[in-house]
Amino acid sequence: MAEEFEPRIVAFLCKWCSSAGSDLAGVSRMEYPPNVVPIQVMCSGSVSPLYIFSAFNKGADGVLVSGCHPGDCHYIKGNYYARRRLNLVKQLLEYIGLEPERFQMSWISAAEGTKYTQVIKDFVKELKPLGPQSKLRRTP
Amino acid sequence: MKRTGVFVCHCGINIAGTVDVKKVAEELAKHPGVVHSEDYVYMCSDPGQNLIEQAIKEKKLDSIVVACCSPNLHETTFRNAANRAGINSFRCEIANIREQCSWVHKDKPRATRKATKIAHSAVEKVRQNESLEPLSVPVTRRALVVGGGISGIQAALDLANSGFEVILVERSPSIGGHMIQLSETFPTLDCSQCILTPKMVEVSKHPKIKLMTYSEVQDVTGYVGNFKVKILKKPTYVDPAKCTLCDECTKVCPIVVPNEFDLGLTGRRAIYIPFPQAIPASYTLDDKNCPDISTTIACGKCADVCKPKAIDYDQKPEVIEEEVGAIIVATGFDLYEKENMAEYGFGKYPDVLDGLQFERLLSASGPTMGKILRPSDHKEPKEVVFIQCSGSRDPENHCAYCSKICCMYTAKHAMLYKHHVHDGQAYVFYIDIRSGGKGYEEFVQRTVEEDGVVYLRGKVSKIFEDKGKIVVWGMDTLTGKAIEIDADMVVLAQAMRPSKGAQELAKKFKLAMDKDGFLAEAHPKLRPVESVTSGMFLAGAAQAPKDIPEAVAQASGAAAKAVVILSQERLFHAPTVARVTNNLCTGCGMCVAVCPYDALSLKDGKAEVNEVLCEGCGTCTATCLRSAIQVKNLTQHQVAEMIEACLGG
Repeated sequence: MAEEFEPRIVAFLCKWCSSAGSDLAGVSRMEYPPNVVPIQVMCSGSVSPLYIFSAFNKGADGVLVSGCHPGDCHYIKGNYYARRRLNLVKQLLEYIGLEPERFQMSWISAAEGTKYTQVIKDFVKELKPLGPQSKLRRTP
Repeated sequence: MKRTGVFVCHCGINIAGTVDVKKVAEELAKHPGVVHSEDYVYMCSDPGQNLIEQAIKEKKLDSIVVACCSPNLHETTFRNAANRAGINSFRCEIANIREQCSWVHKDKPRATRKATKIAHSAVEKVRQNESLEPLSVPVTRRALVVGGGISGIQAALDLANSGFEVILVERSPSIGGHMIQLSETFPTLDCSQCILTPKMVEVSKHPKIKLMTYSEVQDVTGYVGNFKVKILKKPTYVDPAKCTLCDECTKVCPIVVPNEFDLGLTGRRAIYIPFPQAIPASYTLDDKNCPDISTTIACGKCADVCKPKAIDYDQKPEVIEEEVGAIIVATGFDLYEKENMAEYGFGKYPDVLDGLQFERLLSASGPTMGKILRPSDHKEPKEVVFIQCSGSRDPENHCAYCSKICCMYTAKHAMLYKHHVHDGQAYVFYIDIRSGGKGYEEFVQRTVEEDGVVYLRGKVSKIFEDKGKIVVWGMDTLTGKAIEIDADMVVLAQAMRPSKGAQELAKKFKLAMDKDGFLAEAHPKLRPVESVTSGMFLAGAAQAPKDIPEAVAQASGAAAKAVVILSQERLFHAPTVARVTNNLCTGCGMCVAVCPYDALSLKDGKAEVNEVLCEGCGTCTATCLRSAIQVKNLTQHQVAEMIEACLGG
């Protein structure tokens, strides 16, 4: 039997809320699948559409962007820009035929270790039936 | 060729338990540019740090990655170690393989692979990191305090007594705020004027305090340590240095308008002093009500009788520019507008008063010289109904929040009423009694037990006038009975609202507001006196409803926080800020529009970064269509390499 497909996920976590929330999941010893490799950014507002396309281009099966809850941004309003901009990215990805499940956004506060864990678990679960992402992947 | 060193920590078994740290170190050693890679049981220990320093020196490393716990814990530790060994602290990066890896996974081979990717990603980042030095700017060692109520007064005095110059700006003609309108203060019944006027005098005499009354802040620019403010000084048409307070001018002034200090219970002239103990002790000619002053043909009566020639109709508004290093905003509160309480007949019946009006009736220097008399017929009211939560705790119709001070001041009002009118009866309608505070609960108990005030738990549904009485319909929810009281006077404990104009002020100062319009603190628990804007602090009821002791404590807290800035020669700022590549920038201005800190501007058709204002959030980076603006040490190039590393293998 072939080895089960393990999706590769890149997660862009803002330093102040979501990365801290992910740290809290660690401190609380919560368990979630190791499919996600996090990249800490200063603010979800700094996540350029380029990052998402680049990740899919380099073979990511899923991309997660997570920032502070709307209204709680450390940088006042960066996550509002992220929300608007990344919604457009999501629509564009769907338009070019990528499964909508492959790109997700989530608001996770520094206190929400449980939520982070759940988001990762759900994401991995949703990606498994889709198999490897090939739509945007560069040909080796 | 870069020379990077990688140091993988076991953290005892915290990391080594689920991550094969030796394998991580071996894998990283294979990457080009990594010239040193090793693991150690506790990197943060003294021997661990020595090991890093030694490797940097021996192998001539120019950058290091420490794969260990969260950067929140030991980033500073390892950056300092790197610094000691002679490389810039920004050439040290942390790979978080504990909180974000070993602690959350059980499958050792997979956790090891993930840890390798995290460390590899950090290697890719650090290779392109620049050596940076913290930005430093000199500090203007003066402060601005906005609002001359008890909070502003306290903050200004604390700052001035710490040795710093303070500009205290107040928009009305005198400092003192709402506290100076009060009669006595709960729970000790100190006379409000007796405890406040000495502080007001101290402000006016303090050599370090520049008092600017009848003035408003027009504009604020700059940043922490170096703000520039424009203050509009409105003309009072009276020279305080010459005015002898003889009061001859008010006797001849033909204009009478409602007196704000007595909340309309009395009148005042167009030329007036708000109250006898006003600071500065001088008269003000109110040009909105003096009908002739705008046409430059004032009736001239006041100037005619002014022997010291203190009145000058030619005074003009002045805009004064000041530089300060820190700002404290203490703009206080106003009571909820009476027009909103139609159900309680407020504004319709003269004997339905709000809490502040009742304070004026109680005050020995008030319109009735401390006698409690009905405004309508000047008779002593024998039955008085006090209604708490008038406008508070009513999310459907009014304000959702609790105004916090009303339970206590209503108890005080009812008690003081009984002290004035021994044969009278006071009733209090309440939802709950919230008397948390030193001596507060005992005070309420005293009101009930010693002064015989009747507390009725329930809301009032209607108030109307009938045969000279004010009929109050309410409900006592404890007995389930409908209550009807034929009262002589009703006092409403109106909700506390942010003071009028607070919203425009918040915009000028770039302060955030909460959903109710109060100024938002930076963190509700741990940074309760700081605003979201660095260098600006909050004090008093501008931030949330609060009583005098809390306002004073917050004001002193805000002053102490301001001193932290003012006591420094220079301020340091993280150098990981945005930078523009001029030949890529088209000057479209999109980055300028999205910057939350106004740190960007267009100069000669190119975006320009004010490094001191920039917080390095990177919102501009994501907005720029040409990748012309990048945050130092987290550029799009770096992120691209990091993405590659995260997906590799």
